[in-house]
This record gives sequence, C-alpha cells and structure tokens, in this order.
Amino acid sequence: MIEVQSLVKTFSERSGNTVRAVDGISFKIEEGRFYTLLGPSGCGKTTSLRCIAGLEKPDSGTIEVAGELVYSSSTRAFVPAYRRPIGMVFQSYAIWPHMTVFENVAFPLRVGKQRPGGEEVRRKVKNALELVELGELGGRMATQLSGGQQQRLALARALVREPKVLLLDEPLSNLDAKLRERMRVELRELQRRLRITTLYVTHDQIEALSMSNVIAVMNAGVIVQEGAPREIYMHPKDQFVAQFIGSTNQISGSVRGAERDGCITVATELGEIACTAMGEMPQGSPVVVIVRPEDIVLHTRRPQEGRNVIEGRVGAVMFLGEYLDCTIEVGKSLLRAHQPHSLDLRRGQPVWAELPAGECCALYAEGSPTILETREL
Amino acid sequence: MATSSVRRSLSTILPFREPALLIPAAGAVVLIYLAVLPLFMLLLGSFEAEVAPREYILTWKNYRAAYASEYTYSTFNNSLIFASGSALLTFVLGTTMAWLVERTNTPLRILFFPLTVIPLIVPGVLEAIAWIFLLSPRFGYLNQALMYLFGLESPPFNIFSMPGMIWVQSVGNVPLAFLLMVAAFKSMDPALEESALMSGANTWQTLRRITLKLLLPISASVVLILFVRALESFETPAIIGIPARISVYTSEIFVAFNEYPPDYGRGAALAVGLLLLSAVGVLLYRRITREGERYQTVTGKAFRPRQFDLGRWRWVGFAFLSVYFLVVILLPFLVLLWASFLPFFAPPSLKSLELVSLENYTYLFEFAPFRKAMWNSITLSLLSATLTMMLTSLIAWIVYKSRLPGSWVLDFLAFVPIAVPGIVLGMALILLYVAFPVPIYGTIWVILIAYLTKYLPYGMRSASGSIMQIHKELEEAAGASGASWFETFWRVTLPLLRPGFVAGWIYICIVSFREFSSSVLLATGESMVLSILLFNMYEQGQMTVVAAIGIVMILTLLAIVTVFYKLSGRVGIQPG
Repeated sequence: MIEVQSLVKTFSERSGNTVRAVDGISFKIEEGRFYTLLGPSGCGKTTSLRCIAGLEKPDSGTIEVAGELVYSSSTRAFVPAYRRPIGMVFQSYAIWPHMTVFENVAFPLRVGKQRPGGEEVRRKVKNALELVELGELGGRMATQLSGGQQQRLALARALVREPKVLLLDEPLSNLDAKLRERMRVELRELQRRLRITTLYVTHDQIEALSMSNVIAVMNAGVIVQEGAPREIYMHPKDQFVAQFIGSTNQISGSVRGAERDGCITVATELGEIACTAMGEMPQGSPVVVIVRPEDIVLHTRRPQEGRNVIEGRVGAVMFLGEYLDCTIEVGKSLLRAHQPHSLDLRRGQPVWAELPAGECCALYAEGSPTILETREL
Repeated sequence: MATSSVRRSLSTILPFREPALLIPAAGAVVLIYLAVLPLFMLLLGSFEAEVAPREYILTWKNYRAAYASEYTYSTFNNSLIFASGSALLTFVLGTTMAWLVERTNTPLRILFFPLTVIPLIVPGVLEAIAWIFLLSPRFGYLNQALMYLFGLESPPFNIFSMPGMIWVQSVGNVPLAFLLMVAAFKSMDPALEESALMSGANTWQTLRRITLKLLLPISASVVLILFVRALESFETPAIIGIPARISVYTSEIFVAFNEYPPDYGRGAALAVGLLLLSAVGVLLYRRITREGERYQTVTGKAFRPRQFDLGRWRWVGFAFLSVYFLVVILLPFLVLLWASFLPFFAPPSLKSLELVSLENYTYLFEFAPFRKAMWNSITLSLLSATLTMMLTSLIAWIVYKSRLPGSWVLDFLAFVPIAVPGIVLGMALILLYVAFPVPIYGTIWVILIAYLTKYLPYGMRSASGSIMQIHKELEEAAGASGASWFETFWRVTLPLLRPGFVAGWIYICIVSFREFSSSVLLATGESMVLSILLFNMYEQGQMTVVAAIGIVMILTLLAIVTVFYKLSGRVGIQPG
C-alpha cells in the first residue's frame, strides 16, 4: 500500500551545513497493516512521514501510495499533498479553532475534487463522529473540546474522506498517561476494524509494541531494525535497539567459543556467560551480552544446578506494585532484576542471579570495527 | 482589627515582612498621581469658566462652544475618515509585507525584515516634512520629476489633502503593523494549514479558508489599534492638516489652545470627547484580543512556518518590496539629506550641486536653542526610559508576584494612559501644573512627567512579560537564603528582568526622543525639545535647517539603538 525506496531528505542549517534527516530509507507497508516508525527525537521518523504525506519534498528516492507513484526523483514526479489519498493526524491535532466540530470534519468533503451533496456530507460526518464517539458534539466549537476529544476529532477528520492510508504523527504524546493508555487501545481497535493501512510515528516504545504489526526502529536517518514487536523486543539487532526498547542489562565481554547447542560462551567480568548469538561470532570479538531485567531469576539459596548463575548481594529494592525492581551488586557491577513481589529481599542479603541462556543475547559491542563496517554500508 | 488580619495574611503570602503594605501603597499613589490626577483636572477644566480673574464657575458653556457647531461635525468626520483610511491602508501594506517576508519564498526576504522596520525610529513630524518635500504641489521633488518626465502641466500629487494625510500617516505606521502581523504569522501552528492540505484543500483554498480566517481576530485588533493611534496622532494633522485646512480632533485642540486668548475650556471639552472616543477604541481592542484568545493558535512551540511557493509570482513580491523600500523608506531620507546640505530649497541639479555645504550643520551647533533642545531631548529620553522601566518593573512585580488582593487596580491604572492621546495629556498637565504649588510649569520636568505617564503602558507590557516568566521559587529561594525584600528585588528579580527591561528601555528611549503630540503644548523656551524646535522652525520656513535637524535626530536615534543593541546582546525591540 505504501512503498518507499531509498528516500533521502536533507535540511540546510543556519550555519550552512546540510543534515541528512532521512538517509536513504526503504520500506514497504502491506495493505491493512499497522506499521510504526519508532525512534528518538531527531531520528528522521517524522520527516519520513511528512515526505509520504507530501508536506516535504524529498531530495531523492521514490514513494508509492496505493499503487500510485506520488514522488520519484528520477521522473521528477511530485503529487501535491492535497491530491494524495491520505488522512493524517498531527501531533498538535491542528483542530481549526474558527470552526465547529461538525465543520472541522466536513471540511475535507467540501474542498476536494469530488464534493458530495449536503445530505451526503451530513451522513458521512455523522458516521465519522460516531466512529470516534463524538456523535453528540457536532455543534460545539472545536476549542471547547478537551484534549482527548480534540484528538478523536482529528482522527474523525482524517478518516471522513475514507483515505487509503492513515498517517499518525505522535498523536498520543499530548495526552496524559491514563488517557494515552485508553486511546492506545481504542486506536488499535479502530484500525483493526476499518482495516486501514496505517503508518504511525512515535518515540514511545510501549505504543509501538502494543499497537503495531510491524515496527521499524530508526536512528540517525536510517532504519536500524524492522520486524514484529516480539522479534524487536526479544532479538534486538544491535545495542542501540536493545537500549532504546525496554530496560536492559548490558554486560561487556569477549567471545570465548561456541558450544554444542548453538550457544556461545562469553567471558565477562561477571564470569563466563552462555548466550545465544546472532549468526557467527568469531572468537575474541568484543561483544555485549543483553539480558532483560524480567528474565533474570533470583535465588536466595545457591541453586543445585543451572548455567549462568552469578553470586551477588541485594542492593536497592524498590516496590513498584506490580513487581520489585532490585539491583544486584556483583563486585563493582550492578544488575537490574524485576522479581515477583512475593519475594522477600533485604539489602545486603547474598543472592544468586540466574541468567537463562536462552534469554541472554550477545551483540557486537558498539564502536567495534564490525559494527562500524555495517553502519557505513 | 481588619488591618491586623490583612497584615497577618500578607506576611504569610509574601516572603518578607517589612515593606509588605508600603510598596504597593506607594505604587498606587504614584500611579494615581501620574495617570488619574491629570485626567481629573482635565474633566474639571472642561466644566470651568473664568468669570473674573482667578474666579471660576462650573458650566456647560465649554461643551456648547466645542460641540454645538457645524464646524465640529466636519472635524469629527475628518477625524474618522483620516483614522479609518490610514488604519486600513497601513494594515494592508503591513500585512502584505509581513506575509511576503514571513511566509513566502520571495527572494532576499530575510534582508527586507530590518529594512522594513527602520522607519520606526523616524519621528512622525520629520516623516511628514519629508513627504512635503517630495509631494508638495509647489516645490515637491517627486511632483516636479513626474511633470518633467511625462510632460504634465500640473503636479500629479497634492500632499495637502486628505489622501495625502492618510498616506503620510500610513507609511509612518507600516512598521508597527508589519511587526504585529509577523508575530501573528509566526505564532500560527503550521499544522493547521498542513491539515487542510491533507484534507484535500489546495494552496489557494487553504489560504482563503484557513489562514485568512485564523488571522481574522488579530487583524481586527491590529486595525483597531492603528485606528486609535491615527485618531490620537498630531504629527500629520499639524504639519499637513493645518495648512491644508483639514481639521481633525487633535489639531482642533491645538488651535483652541494656541488662539488668542487661548480657550482652555473649549480645548478641554474637545479633549474629553477625544479621550472618550479613544477609550472606546481601546476597550473594543481589549475585548477583541480577549475573544481572540479562544482562537489560541499559539501553543508555545517553536514552529518552522510553512513557506508558500509563489512560483514566478515571487519576483512580483520582490519587486513590490524593493519599490516600497526605495520609494517609501529610502527616498524621503535622501531628500532630507540632500536638503540639509543646501542654503535654500532647490531640486538636485548640476547648478544646485555647487551650493552643497555643511553650513546648516555648523550653524546648528552654534545655534543656542538647538543645543539646548538637543540637551533637553537626550536628558528627557534617558530619564524617562530609566524611570518608566524602574517604576513599571516594580508595579509589574506587585501585580503579578505579590498576588495582593486588589493589585489588579495597579495594572488597570498603569494601562489607563494608553487611551489618553498625547495632546490631551499635554492639555491635562497644563491645567494641573499652571495652578500647582510647585513651580515646574515651563520646565522639562513637566515634560518628563508627561513621558512617564504616556509610556507607562508600554513599560508595563515589557516588564510584566518577563516578570511572569520568573518562577516564584527563584525569589522564594532568595528569601530562604536570608535576603530581605529589597535585596531580593535588587539582586534576583531585577537581573532576571533584564531582557524585558532592556527591550522596554530602548523602545521608550526612542519614542521619548521623538515625542511630539504631548510636548507640543508643554515645550517652550528653556524646556524646548528637538521635535518641537523642528516644528517651529518649519513653520518659520527654514526648510533646509529643519532637514539638518532631522538628520541629526535620526543619527542620534540610530546611535542610541546601536549602542544598546551591542550592549545588551540580542534583545528584540517591542513594537508599541
């Protein structure tokens, strides 16, 4: 439904330098999918979205929306934003303050090429407003709505033209935490129901993980990793992705050797750790072992057997309601572990942390030659 | 009992004890003295008539004299035509330029920004005189050039007409409209326009149905403020209106005061009428801006405004800006400069080139009244800028930080003078100080009081803007560190206020230096100021000396602005 190829967009700064905000990204979104560009601010995700919308003119590449080539640097094709079959929700919602709720939603039906009659407009606006549960508020001035309602209104306005593609630019970031959680569910349900192809841009990993079919993690203008939420979370491709999504323990070391069951062992300052590896990792390569806090199992007595058991002492223990967030001091290093709150832990108590080998994952260390090479490609 | 409980509640509100009540009370007294007392004297004066020397009765006679005549009706009419005509023309010019510079890809648009703002510092009297030099039917350079070029028999333009007055008033105020509209364009969330594009509206539909509609409230308020300013202004009516026999409210007040014997009563009655008219304008303005807050296109984010691609039309925009700059900004200045080198008024030619000399300037520097006026003007502008900013910083602190019950009254009092036209203020101060026990009438101190009063609202705006940004805890921390109220204000609050203070200071310094409409009634002999000296010498027909004074004024103002710009780093000048 959307296909982007080698998209490049540069901006020139005041100082005269040019910044490659989007540096040759390519991706494809299948019909009916919820696709998310996830990354820190300044990674180029919003610029990519705006290029697809037609609000920015890229420097090179091609963009195809719903089978139509809307931008191509080679053929110099550029379809202006208002001719693209796209609905968009902005971060600030961009609700027009001089119109009522009804007029805001009716606007797209009154300006385009095909203009349905008055009765048709009323019916479509009504449907769109009911879709977002604002059915009763058509007559209100748009500015009288609360933040959450404005957000729904922006969604109704984006959908009323029945676009082929829906673009969402951090639509939830201006809502408070509780509302954001609810809207997350609603938005996802709505998308699944309408089966509308959706491109979503966010810096919030929870939003990305919970809503998407596919996530593309972006950094510095390029897509670092693309995959299903589970895959991105469980098997981050590099240290950046691991760090950006979820909290994680990172233990540096070097590859000692391969084991029989497909695992490798890594020598670290916490001792030898058996873990899975992404492909071949030659002996001696500097790596970082990644393990999520919730995957660590704590034992208050030395376990009889099991690999990757590290002895340490309990440091700070924080009760967070759902679980305990505790630090384990091992020599000078710290490990973070999330444990069920039934566990009774005291500061200073000796403890044995088990790092299940299947959940530990070795990545090339940031800044090592191998990483630099792949980056330059 | 009541007082003691108030005091107790105060000491819990304020992080200090001693001057809790003293300072707000002192502020109120000063403001009443500056803003209310003169108006009260004006009102009193408008109902008084002198029946015998130093013996007054209350009467309606002045109002009958002022309003019960055909002539007054035409004055009223002229005022409205003048004010609304120039407000609209100013708005259209200023908005067009703001849009071209801020929101389009017109070539060299960044360069035009400072060029458009420069005329802010040119005194209104001088602007009017320069346009007479250009468009006078008898000797205007531009008229003569056009007659010569196109073989016309009569001059195509006559500055001494209503359109002439409207033109001069407009070009003088375009920078203000420009700055206000630039701010409006800047603070508009571009997503509002982008979402229209995403809804399928093309560029033209977006401009018409979204951009212009969103700008409606701010446009209304800008037009209104331009209207009030034109209504209150006296520069153009004095220089062009009086010789053209087109009388407006302000010139009528001036005439009543300057005829022999001066008719204070009628003048005061006219002034009260003008005061009411402009007060209505200001109230309307306040209402519109408050309504406009519902529109709230400002979200406090830094936007990268969307630029409209004008295509080939961008060269039309470029041509418009260039012609405007050359004809409206550069040409009047060049004419003044040229005239200032001549012994008498003559068009540029090879023959008149031989007449060029610095004689006017050397004459000026030996001319005692000029030296006196220069000294007075500089003293007054430095003093009024400093005192106004210090006073308004204090008032703004009381209003926005102390949260004393009733402190909004101070805010209101400091805002009152915005509705008082300069000439009305001059009138009121005469009525106040002629009978005042302290003999300051006829000295520069009366003028200083006039400037202080007149610029209170501008000072308040700069000061309150930055005082609201100072977090309360910064001051509370000083209190908690053992600083007294005064130490806190002096060492924490004032330094934090610096950006607003400096911006306001520069602005008030400039406008004080070029002030005309209230000084015109107050400056005499020893208390002469430059703008009035200029006016008097123009009336005596010393055109080329007037041009030289004008050039000196412009250079002095440029020097003040430059020095302070350099000293204070990057601080924006706020438009009035």
